[in-house]
Amino acid sequence: MYRYDEFDHAFVQQRVAQFRGQVERRLAGELSEDEFKPLRLMNGLYLQLHAYMLRVAVPYGTLSSKQMRRLARIARDYDRGYGHFTTRQNIQYNWPKLAEVPDLLAELAEVEMHAIQTSGNCIRNVTADHFAGASADEIEDPRIYAEIIRQWSSLHPEFSFLPRKFKIAVTGAPNDRAAVRFHDIGLQIRRNEAGEVGFEVIVGGGQGRTPVIGVTIRKFLPKAHLLSYLEAILRVYNQLGRRDNLYKARIKILVQQTGAEVFTRLVEEEWDALKNGALTLPAEEIERIETYFAPPAFETLPAVNPAFEARRFEDRDFARWVRSNVSAHKADGYAIASISLKPEGGAPGDATAEQMEVVAELAEIYSFDEILISHEQNLVLPHVKLSDLPAVWDKLVKHELATPNIGLLTDMIACPGLDYCNLANARSIPVAQRISQRFSDLNRQHEIGDLKIKISGCINACGHHHVGHIGILGVDKKGEEFYQITLGGSADENAAVGKIVGPAFSYDDVVDAIDSIVATYLDRRQEDEKFNDTYARIGIAPFKEKLYAAA
Amino acid sequence: MPLLKNGQIIEDTWSNLPESANDDQGGAALDVDLIVSLEQWQSDRDALLKRNGRLGLRLRSDQPPAEIVADLEHFDLIALDFPKFSDGRAYSYARLLRERHGFRGELRAVGNVLRDQLFFMLRCGFDSFEVAGEDSAEAWRGAVAEMSVWYQPTGDGRRPSGVLGGAFGRSRAVAAE
Repeated sequence: MYRYDEFDHAFVQQRVAQFRGQVERRLAGELSEDEFKPLRLMNGLYLQLHAYMLRVAVPYGTLSSKQMRRLARIARDYDRGYGHFTTRQNIQYNWPKLAEVPDLLAELAEVEMHAIQTSGNCIRNVTADHFAGASADEIEDPRIYAEIIRQWSSLHPEFSFLPRKFKIAVTGAPNDRAAVRFHDIGLQIRRNEAGEVGFEVIVGGGQGRTPVIGVTIRKFLPKAHLLSYLEAILRVYNQLGRRDNLYKARIKILVQQTGAEVFTRLVEEEWDALKNGALTLPAEEIERIETYFAPPAFETLPAVNPAFEARRFEDRDFARWVRSNVSAHKADGYAIASISLKPEGGAPGDATAEQMEVVAELAEIYSFDEILISHEQNLVLPHVKLSDLPAVWDKLVKHELATPNIGLLTDMIACPGLDYCNLANARSIPVAQRISQRFSDLNRQHEIGDLKIKISGCINACGHHHVGHIGILGVDKKGEEFYQITLGGSADENAAVGKIVGPAFSYDDVVDAIDSIVATYLDRRQEDEKFNDTYARIGIAPFKEKLYAAA
Repeated sequence: MPLLKNGQIIEDTWSNLPESANDDQGGAALDVDLIVSLEQWQSDRDALLKRNGRLGLRLRSDQPPAEIVADLEHFDLIALDFPKFSDGRAYSYARLLRERHGFRGELRAVGNVLRDQLFFMLRCGFDSFEVAGEDSAEAWRGAVAEMSVWYQPTGDGRRPSGVLGGAFGRSRAVAAE
C-alpha cells in the first residue's frame, strides 16, 4: 500500500488547519453560508436534508486495517455508529456536527486520509478496480497510476474550478470492474504489439441526466506521458466546457457537441505542446510508486486445499457463500473474498462501527492487512488463503456480514434518495429494502443468477440506474413517488445504457414489477443465459407484455 | 479596488479606457497607462499604438488569449477576468500566456478574486490581483502561507513534491521512510 511521505503528511495537516480556520470564521459569523459553501465543499462537507454530510476519500478504494479501525472510531464518536460506503469507493458520515468536523479531519489525517476533492467542480477522488492487485486477469495494478494521478490532481492550481465535477477511473484488467466507459476519463491498461504497457484513453462517458458511453480518443498512451495527456484533456475541457448550463457542463457534452474527432484533435494538439516537458513521468518514479503496491509475500501453495473442499462439501451455506462471494485469485491457494453490505432489508453500503472493526481484524489476520471497497458498495478481502476461508466465513456470519449475494439480485446499488438527499424526487433505500425482502430466498437468488438492479432517487443517477440490467429511477408525479424501469444496461466492458420499458410504477407496485420482469427472464432464458443476453435475444416486448398485461 | 502585488497594497497606475468612449482614445491623456478591451484594441489598434503611455489588454473569460498571441509584444499588462470565482477558464489562459506564449508583462487577476483562490492564481502565473476588501494584504499573507506542499509543476518554477519532483521530491521522500 502507498504510504505518505513527509510532504503528503504536511499537505493534509495544513489542509486541516486551513479548514479549521474557515469553520471558526463561519461559527463566529464572519462568513455567511454562501461564502462558506465553496470552502466546505472543497473539503467534502455537504449540507443535506437534515444535517451535514462528510464524504471521506478512500483513494482507489484501498484501506489498511488501521485506517478501517479509525473509520469505525469516527463512526462511533462523530456519527450514529455507522458509515455509508459509496459507489465511488468513498465513505460518508451522515450526522457530523460542523464544530467537530475539523477534529474529525485531524483524526483522518493521522491515518493518512482526508476529504479533499470529494466534492466541488474539481478532479474527484480517483477510483480503480476493486480486485486490484489480486485478480488473475490484471496486466498491472491500476493503483500505481491512480496514486500518480492522485498526486497530480490534488489541489491542481489550474483545474480546481472546472465547469463541473470530473471523475477518473483506472482498470488494469480486460474485464472492466471499474466502469471506465462511464467516467469523464477512463483509463484501461493495455499491452501494445511491442509488449509495452500503456493506457487506452476513454473520454466523455457518464451517467446523470444524459447517459453516454465514453469514446476512445487514444488507443495506446505510453506510461511516461500519462500526466501530460491528462493535463491536455483537462486544459481543453477547462477552456471549452460549457459554463452556462449546469446540466450541459460535463465533458461528455463537450465531446458530443464538438464531435469526437475534433475533440481528439484539440487534445492531441495541446498534448504536442505539453509532452516531454515537466509532466513526463520518470521511469524510476513509476517504479518507486510500484514498490508500494508490490504483491504481498504469498506462500507457495497448491491450487486445491483439502480442508476448504471438505467444508464446502459438508456445509451448504458455506458452499453457497463461496459460489457467489469468492473469486479467483492470481496466486494458487488464495482467493478474493467479497463481503456483502447488502443484507436483507438493509440500506445498501451501510456498515456499523463493529462491522468495520471485524473486517479490519479479518484483514489483519487473513488478508495482508488490506481491504478494498467496491463501487458496488461492498468490501473485499483481496488475499485470503483457501484454507482460511472457513474461519473468515464463520466470523462474518457472526456479524451479519456473510450475505451470499455478490452479483446477485439483492446486491443492489442504491443512492441515499429522499431519506437523506435534497436533490432526490423519491426514496431509494426503502425500495431496495422491499426488493431484498421480496427476493429473500437465497436459493431462488442463486437460481436467478447474476442480475444487477440499480436504483436512483432522481435523474442525477447516483444509483447508476442507467447501467443496471434492471434500472429503477425515482420520479415525482404530481407530488407522488413513481419509478421508471429500464432494461439492458451494463457498466462493464459491454457498456450499454438501459432502455425504458414503459410507463412508471407507483411506490406500491414497483416491487411487483421487478418480480414480473424476473419471471419473464426465467421463463424465456436458455440454459445459463445471462439477463442481458436474454434481453438482447428476445427484445423488450415480452417483458412489456407481461408487465402491462393487467393494465 | 485595492491592488495587490508582491504581498503589498499598491497604488494602481493603470486606468481602464471606458467602453463608452466615442473618440478613438476616449479622451485619455496620451501618456497614461491604459487598459483596453479586446474590442477596443481591434477597432482602434493604430491610434492606440501611437500613444506614449503603456498599453494593457483586458480579456473576458470567453476571450481566449490565443486570439491575440501575435500582438502580445504591444502589451505591458494583461488583465484576465473572473466573472465569478467558479469560472476557472482564466487559470488556463494565464498558464498558456506565461508558459507557452512567453508573456513577461504584468498578469492581473480582476473580477471575483477571493482570498481562497489567490494561491492557485499565483501558481498559474498571475502577479497582481484586484482584491475586494480592506484586509487584502493580510488575506494574501494567509493565502500563500497556508499550504507549503504542491504536486504540480507550473511555470512559476517552484519544485513540486511527489512523482514530478525529481531528485528533490525523491530525496525528501526517502528521508521520511
